[in-house]
Amino acid sequence: MKNPLDSILGTIISGLVLTIVLYLFVKHFVLAGV
Amino acid sequence: MGIFRWLHIMAGITWIGLLYYFNLVQVPAMKDAAADGTAAGISKHVAPRALLWFRWAAVATWLMGAALLGPHFSAAFGLQAGFTGIGIGSWLGSIMLFNVWVLIWPNQQKILGMVSATDDEKAKARRVAFLASRTNMMLSIPMLFFMANGLSHSVPLHYRIFLLS
Repeated sequence: MKNPLDSILGTIISGLVLTIVLYLFVKHFVLAGV
Repeated sequence: MGIFRWLHIMAGITWIGLLYYFNLVQVPAMKDAAADGTAAGISKHVAPRALLWFRWAAVATWLMGAALLGPHFSAAFGLQAGFTGIGIGSWLGSIMLFNVWVLIWPNQQKILGMVSATDDEKAKARRVAFLASRTNMMLSIPMLFFMANGLSHSVPLHYRIFLLS
C-alpha cells in the first residue's frame, strides 16, 4: 500500500481525517467526563 | 498576554508558512531542478536560509505559546476541562517541534552536506526528513483547527478579560 504522505493530496486528506478523529475524541471521550 | 499572542502568531506564521513552502514548493521544485541541473542553487542558497528561519521560528512559536498559556500550561497539556481544545493543539505543536529538531534538521544537515554522510546515509536521511516534514504538514491541519478554536475563543469570560489586561 502506498504511503498517503507521499502525495500532497494524501497528506491533506490524512490531516482532515485526523482533525475529525481528534474532534470526535474530544467531544465524546474527554468532554463526556466533564 | 497580548504581546505573547502577537509574537506566537507571527512566529507561527513564519514556521508553518515555511513548512508549507517546503512541501508545496521546494520539494516539487527540487525534482525539476535536479532534472535540468539547477538544484545546487536551491541547496546552497535557499534551503539553508529557509531551514534557519524554520527551526528557530518553531522554537519561538512554542515558547510564546507556553507563555500565552501561562498558569494554564499544565491544564492545557493535561487536557483538563475547559482546556481540551487548546491542549490538543499544544500537544500537536509540541510533536511538530520535536519532529523539526530531532528528525528534520539533523537529516537535512546530512542532505545539504553540512554534516558528512555516505550516499546511503544521505538517501536514508532524505526519506526520513521528507516523511517527518509531510507528517508535520498533516499534523498542522488539526493543530490549526484546535488552536483557532482553542484558548482565545472558548475560555471563560473572566480569563478573556485577564488576557486583555
